[in-house]
Amino acid sequence: MTRNSFDLKLQQLHEDLMSMGEVVAKQIEDSINALKEQDEALTDKVIEKDDIVDKFEEEIEDKCIKLMATEQPLAGDLRRIFIATKIITDLERMGDHAVDIAKIAKKLIGENYIKELIDIPKMAKIVEGMIKDSLEVYINRDISGAHEVSKKDDEVDKLYKNIFAELLIVMRKDPTTINQASQFLFVCKFLERMADHATNICEWTVYLECGERLKLN
Amino acid sequence: MSIISVKDLNLFYGTNHALKNINIEIDKNSVTALIGPSGCGKSTFLRTLNRMNDLIDDVKIEGQVLFEDKNIYKELNEIELRKRIGMVFQKPNPFPMSIYDNIAYGPRIHGIKDKKKLDEIVEKSLQGAALWKEVKDRLKKSAMGLSGGQQQRLCIARTIAVEPEVILMDEPTSALDPISTSKVEELMDVLKEKYTIVIVTHNMQQAGRISDKTAFFLNGEIVEYGKTEEMFHMPKDKRTEDYITGRFG
Repeated sequence: MTRNSFDLKLQQLHEDLMSMGEVVAKQIEDSINALKEQDEALTDKVIEKDDIVDKFEEEIEDKCIKLMATEQPLAGDLRRIFIATKIITDLERMGDHAVDIAKIAKKLIGENYIKELIDIPKMAKIVEGMIKDSLEVYINRDISGAHEVSKKDDEVDKLYKNIFAELLIVMRKDPTTINQASQFLFVCKFLERMADHATNICEWTVYLECGERLKLN
Repeated sequence: MSIISVKDLNLFYGTNHALKNINIEIDKNSVTALIGPSGCGKSTFLRTLNRMNDLIDDVKIEGQVLFEDKNIYKELNEIELRKRIGMVFQKPNPFPMSIYDNIAYGPRIHGIKDKKKLDEIVEKSLQGAALWKEVKDRLKKSAMGLSGGQQQRLCIARTIAVEPEVILMDEPTSALDPISTSKVEELMDVLKEKYTIVIVTHNMQQAGRISDKTAFFLNGEIVEYGKTEEMFHMPKDKRTEDYITGRFG
């Protein structure tokens, strides 16, 4: 190996991506907990912490640009760094959706929920797992892993459809629930979009390895 | 459309098998880059194209090199060949004479004596090498007084003065500063409209910038040959990927 220092920088880039992924996954967990527990302090924490997610995005983007300028990567190295800039955009968007959920949680504080939250936390747990797994798939250039992770998107889509159908029934039966139910629908939509973002990371991994753009969701 | 076709070329320096089963088509009016680690055979291959290897003792060549469908060893003499396939070397090598005489030398050797004609050739060649404006007022001055970058462009002008069809370049910018390098690279983009260029380079970024196709040589063989943008984005062979990403060599 003749590019040890460059390889160390790539390793650092991967570590930074994993760290950003961990922060975003925690944001999702906290936003859903804030929703379940009607915890105002936690909603504020999620909203403030979005600055950290944004800062991660800026710093990693800067690192990528500097790597391209100084190391002039080609082939796989170039694709890897370029894809990192795409991944941070997906992660940042997921972070924004976590904030959106926290804001809904804040709005609903003090209300009696029309039903116990079971499927929404289930969706959130799958999405949190998808973030970590999709980043590992990218770092390890694991094509079969990319396909496996993207299957979880189907599970999230299925849960979304079920919750949507259930809430429609509730709203039809009792129009006074429409305000609250529609907020829950937004929460589900945000989680569904997060799963799509995680699948995007898997699609980029396929591109990294094969040079092919494949739609996995 | 190819201007040079190489079929089953093998070259030996004594018992050293330096080029092994080379098969390649060089496209007309294009820039083809030859890359590879030191000692891989790329310069040896370049010199085969204008029979410069004939000047080396103990060299044996098998196979076919066709230039415009004519076998360069059987159907063309080397003088005519080297007029039609010119060469620019790594170290600029202007003759120790005036700028004018450097350019006029080749045409004079080929029988052009008329002063007006020679003046036209000198101006046209220096224009073609993007050097005319810088030297037009000192054509009688020694070429040795030019900067490195100017000397290399002078060598390019000298090459095109005899109206070749192909220009071979062996690391033409490795001895030049970045600005001179940039000028020579820009020139190649213009020159390929009229000529076919084959260039040996150690600079991956240069190969990426200027060439249409790239051939990767390793241990005397061509490992991969294809469109530069494809090879540099998604090489087919792992050895190519390892070389261009600097993982070996």
